[in-house]
Amino acid sequence: MKHKGHNVYMVSGGVTKFAKSTPEMDFRLRVKKAFDYALNDANISLSDIDGSVASYFSDHFQRQLMSGIMVQDYLGLTPKPSKRVEGGGATGGLAFQTGVQEIASGRMDVCAVYGFETMSHVNTWKGNEFIALASDTNFDYPVGGFYTGYYAMMAVRHMHEFGTTVEQLAKVSIKNHGNAIHNPYAQSPAKLTIDDVRNSPMVAYPLTRLDVCTMSDGAAVAILASEEKAFEMSDNPVLIKSIGTGTDTMRLSDRPLGKVTLLPNEKESDYRNLKYPGVHSFRAGRTAAKEAYEGAGITDPLEELDVIELHDAYTSSEIQTYEDLGLCKYGEGGPFIDEGKSELNGKVAVNPSGGLLASGHPVGASGIMQGVFMFWQLQHTIKKHFKDDTLQVKNAKRGLIHSHAGTGTYVTATIMEAVK
Amino acid sequence: MTINRDAKMPETQSGTEVYSFDPLVVKSHYEIDYIHSYGQDSEFFRALGKKKLMGSKCKKCGYTYATPRGHCMMCGSETEWYQLPNEGRIHTFTTCYFGSEEFLSETPFNLIMVEFDGVDSLFMSRLVGADQEDMKIGMKVKAKFRRNQKFSPTDVYFVPL
Repeated sequence: MKHKGHNVYMVSGGVTKFAKSTPEMDFRLRVKKAFDYALNDANISLSDIDGSVASYFSDHFQRQLMSGIMVQDYLGLTPKPSKRVEGGGATGGLAFQTGVQEIASGRMDVCAVYGFETMSHVNTWKGNEFIALASDTNFDYPVGGFYTGYYAMMAVRHMHEFGTTVEQLAKVSIKNHGNAIHNPYAQSPAKLTIDDVRNSPMVAYPLTRLDVCTMSDGAAVAILASEEKAFEMSDNPVLIKSIGTGTDTMRLSDRPLGKVTLLPNEKESDYRNLKYPGVHSFRAGRTAAKEAYEGAGITDPLEELDVIELHDAYTSSEIQTYEDLGLCKYGEGGPFIDEGKSELNGKVAVNPSGGLLASGHPVGASGIMQGVFMFWQLQHTIKKHFKDDTLQVKNAKRGLIHSHAGTGTYVTATIMEAVK
Repeated sequence: MTINRDAKMPETQSGTEVYSFDPLVVKSHYEIDYIHSYGQDSEFFRALGKKKLMGSKCKKCGYTYATPRGHCMMCGSETEWYQLPNEGRIHTFTTCYFGSEEFLSETPFNLIMVEFDGVDSLFMSRLVGADQEDMKIGMKVKAKFRRNQKFSPTDVYFVPL
């Protein structure tokens, strides 16, 4: 079996409050705060940690190369092993999975995965330029490199293929910003209406300001451990059941028009006339989900998952991702939100934290933040950490975290399970 | 060897822009010119000056690319240059009202993905001569070329046919 390494558990986590700009501390102190929260919460001492993985996306934002070692050093983790993992927006998800591999391989018993990004060193439009440099600089960036523009083109095609509406996109924004009202770590909690979303300034048609996540400063830390250590350190660890990762071409223009990669709950006849993935769907997301489901023995994700934290950098990408993850068939993402299936008390709670749209998206931290919020959901400790019970998903036993880069170039899916 | 105990760093007139004292936030400038090679993609940019839009075709499996690449993603074989038609259709589109700092002064601008008959992949470009409301998926568009070549992919752009 592909994933038959040692069992891996998450034993603790910490997150800083994400904010547009927090100049009173730098990235090292920000990680330190999340790290100390995680250590204190599970009574872990520095000497328990065998090594680490550093997660941050862009050297441009801080204009500091090797920021990872500066964090390692500040936390007091030198001379233990560490490395940086980077993969655009999926940096956090990839780093989290790298931490899982460090334990599964038997190399480490306890691994700290720390993620951070300090985006406030430049203005929003310069930040967008840095992010757009993560598109092909020969053919894509010079044409008008702007990620919201790329996602807008995907959304327009999704609307054309499947009849998805701007109101359905707006409902994702309303749900996630609304959930964030009860998440004290979130950057942009808000009670919104469809009119609020549609009347906010148009960024790239059809996406408005409220369809798009924001620049953030933030850090998040996950502590992973082997089975023996996990139960020594905690009476309530969470099992990392399986991991999956997919990739796709850097350029949207190169995406093939072929057949759908099927999940166990789908058949070829479901998609007779669909050219896949085109620019409307994320083959990397589907590939990641397929591998993760196989590792966890999941054959009907909507029935077998209780809570999901997915990479909603755009409202449209949340709808696209419902489909990639097989929560509904391709083309049914719009009705899925209409029917309230992804609401906090819906069939499967999607982004109960508020997601990236409302929690913020300090790139290298986002995927780790999802891991921490999922950990608290599955531990049933949301009330303790949020000082508010509202977002605790009742009977949450099994969850999925999903991290996503570029126009869907690297995507990770990780399944986590409560053991208590 | 000279030991000079009165040595001093020279004082200069240049200063630092300070945004805030607590915490101390200062301006830090960064600027660089790159020597960017288009490598195996060079022919695409040269051909735009001859009003030719060049894609790639796999020598082995025949897969065709509207955006060139030196090797085929389907079979790994080398591709050859392949001239694309000058006319295509809008596969998808958007109008950017904001953008990266470099392109902010050009907003609003239209981005489109172009599909060509008989070509397996797409090409991203600008569309001029149409507003957001005018663009439709399937709309026919035609390539135009800048007279003064900049050796940028925007040496080609599209207009409604």
